[in-house]
Amino acid sequence: MLAVTQLQCKRGDRLLFSGLDFAVAGGTLLHVRGANGSGKTTLLRSLCGLFTPDSGEIRWKGEPTRRLGEDYRRDLLYFGHLNGIKGDLTGIENLRIAATLDGDRVEDSAIWAALARIGLVGFEDLPTRMLSQGQKKRVALARLILSKAPLWILDEPFTALDVGAVDLLETLIAEHVAHAGIVVLTTHQEVGLTSGQVERLHLGG
Amino acid sequence: MASNWFRFAAPASFYPLAGRMIPVFWILTGVCLLAGLYWGFFQTPDQLGGSNAQKEYYRIIFIHVPAAWMSMWLYVVMVVWAAIGLVFNTRLSFMMANAIAPTGAIFTFLALWTGAFWGRPSWGTYWDWDPRLTTELILFFMYIGYIALHSAIDDTRRADRAAALLAIVGLVMVPLIFWSVNCPDPNQCAALHQRSNLTQIEGNILFSMLAVTFGFWMYSFATTLMRLRSIILTRESDNSWVQELLVKDGRA
Amino acid sequence: MLRVFWCVLLRDLTLALRRRTDVLTTLFFFIIVVSLFPLGVGTERQILQILGPGVVWVAALLASMLALERLFAADYEDGTLEQMVLTAQPLSLLVLAKITAHWLLTGLPLVLIAPLVGMQYHLSDDAILIMMLALLLGTPVLSLIGAIGAALTLGLRGGGILLSLLILPLYIPVLVYGAGAVTASGIDMADTRPYLALLGAFLVAALTFAPLASSAALKISIE
Repeated sequence: MLAVTQLQCKRGDRLLFSGLDFAVAGGTLLHVRGANGSGKTTLLRSLCGLFTPDSGEIRWKGEPTRRLGEDYRRDLLYFGHLNGIKGDLTGIENLRIAATLDGDRVEDSAIWAALARIGLVGFEDLPTRMLSQGQKKRVALARLILSKAPLWILDEPFTALDVGAVDLLETLIAEHVAHAGIVVLTTHQEVGLTSGQVERLHLGG
Repeated sequence: MASNWFRFAAPASFYPLAGRMIPVFWILTGVCLLAGLYWGFFQTPDQLGGSNAQKEYYRIIFIHVPAAWMSMWLYVVMVVWAAIGLVFNTRLSFMMANAIAPTGAIFTFLALWTGAFWGRPSWGTYWDWDPRLTTELILFFMYIGYIALHSAIDDTRRADRAAALLAIVGLVMVPLIFWSVNCPDPNQCAALHQRSNLTQIEGNILFSMLAVTFGFWMYSFATTLMRLRSIILTRESDNSWVQELLVKDGRA
Repeated sequence: MLRVFWCVLLRDLTLALRRRTDVLTTLFFFIIVVSLFPLGVGTERQILQILGPGVVWVAALLASMLALERLFAADYEDGTLEQMVLTAQPLSLLVLAKITAHWLLTGLPLVLIAPLVGMQYHLSDDAILIMMLALLLGTPVLSLIGAIGAALTLGLRGGGILLSLLILPLYIPVLVYGAGAVTASGIDMADTRPYLALLGAFLVAALTFAPLASSAALKISIE
């Protein structure tokens, strides 16, 4: 499904990696590992199309992602270092806007249910700037529950989460992989996946 | 052979080529400027003809007009390189655009400066809100904006691409700005500069002007290539060929 | 398409209404700048009538530019801009929605306050009417062109000053014809028609090209 050939990325004048080849099939979790500064985030941003690699190609379902454009982005969910939620909007509003922009028609009841599952009952109607760091991250992660995208790209999704949220996120990832989805993620902790396939990619050295 | 030409799109092979070309361009600059200025000062009529009798001071035209031409031409060249860089993602063309900008800005400044000196005796003022003067000033701002934006961004790739886009937007806007200051009242239009036509210019004057223009052009090549070489060295300092070069020159 | 446009427009309007001061500062900046000029150049009626159109337009230029800095900056800082780039929508459409919201919050108030400012400068009723029309056509162009600069200077140190350096020269055509229209209205109302037609043409051209250029600039800046 997702195939990368001869990818080379530079940050500034520094070469991060070159000649990178890998392919990920449906129902797989790809765990990208590497030391700080080895280019994990740059790789993930290149996969999304936020960063233009110096050379190489990224294909989704056999087509270059550059050419697919919006069709590729419809299949994609990216979760970066920034939560991507507005502090002045409530959790409900944030998720509703995110869903509309993704082109999904989502019922309000589904959004309430998603926030309940992520453990934010009673906080749905508060501006998210009033929430704690971990709670903000939970609001952002609720997008995973609502999303229909087959490809999840998650950059350090576990940081700032408490034990309960980490368990929940692992469950969500496992469910997604079990439904033939693809997850590409970076994390410094081991991901406990009970079923499905886990592949590892090591950057640098 | 097409492949031979594309070889020089790589900074490593262009660097020595530029080094060999620079002295040639400096010699051409010297010859053309000497010839053009000698002809302009000693072989042209003392007065511009007819009822509009301008005195000796008109000779500033031999600097003023070529500088103004080059300032506009270099902006176009800069935008072309920037656009090539954006489309084909070639590093060398961004570096080229980047190397042209200061030379272009200098010619713009020179045109404005000499224009003020010419304006004083002929129009009786150093500055007037004449359309071409104003547009030349705006062009100067464009160059400054390009350089400022490029130097404000730390990441060279973003700097190259952002400045390139700005230059293209500028190229679209400059004619519009010229047109709007040239004709502030759409019901009627007027301008202080005389309408010019190359065929009406006296032969000796035209010759000197073209010679100086050619000299300025060669000067632009020389300075741009020199600047380009130093940009290449800075940006490619991690590459092995730069290291080897430095070792060979005994600088590292 | 339209649903997405509305969604982003309403989002930005809601956000602005929850931070009302940002909107009001732009408006009061405009009023203060315009009110300072008579104190500097003298309060003589004739001088003010001559200076009025130019002063109002320069103040509008500065006010719209001040607000531009915030156009993409807040969304850039919290990561929502990144998410917008990654949605399955044309980025230029989202950018156009954001610019529209920005104009409704900073450009439209200037149009509405114009009669008050016109009275400060003893402009005739005709001149005030033309000034409102010219501002109505011209201020969206300022927001559209300014968005390109805001996207290019996104997240830079001292971005605001750099933005003014890049963008103010590009505002000249709007300034020339916007102020020209008001001046011409003092002579003959029929003379103002070409000015307004030109401003309208600028608006159409800016609506077509500026969102494309700004979204290209955003993609460059977000890397």
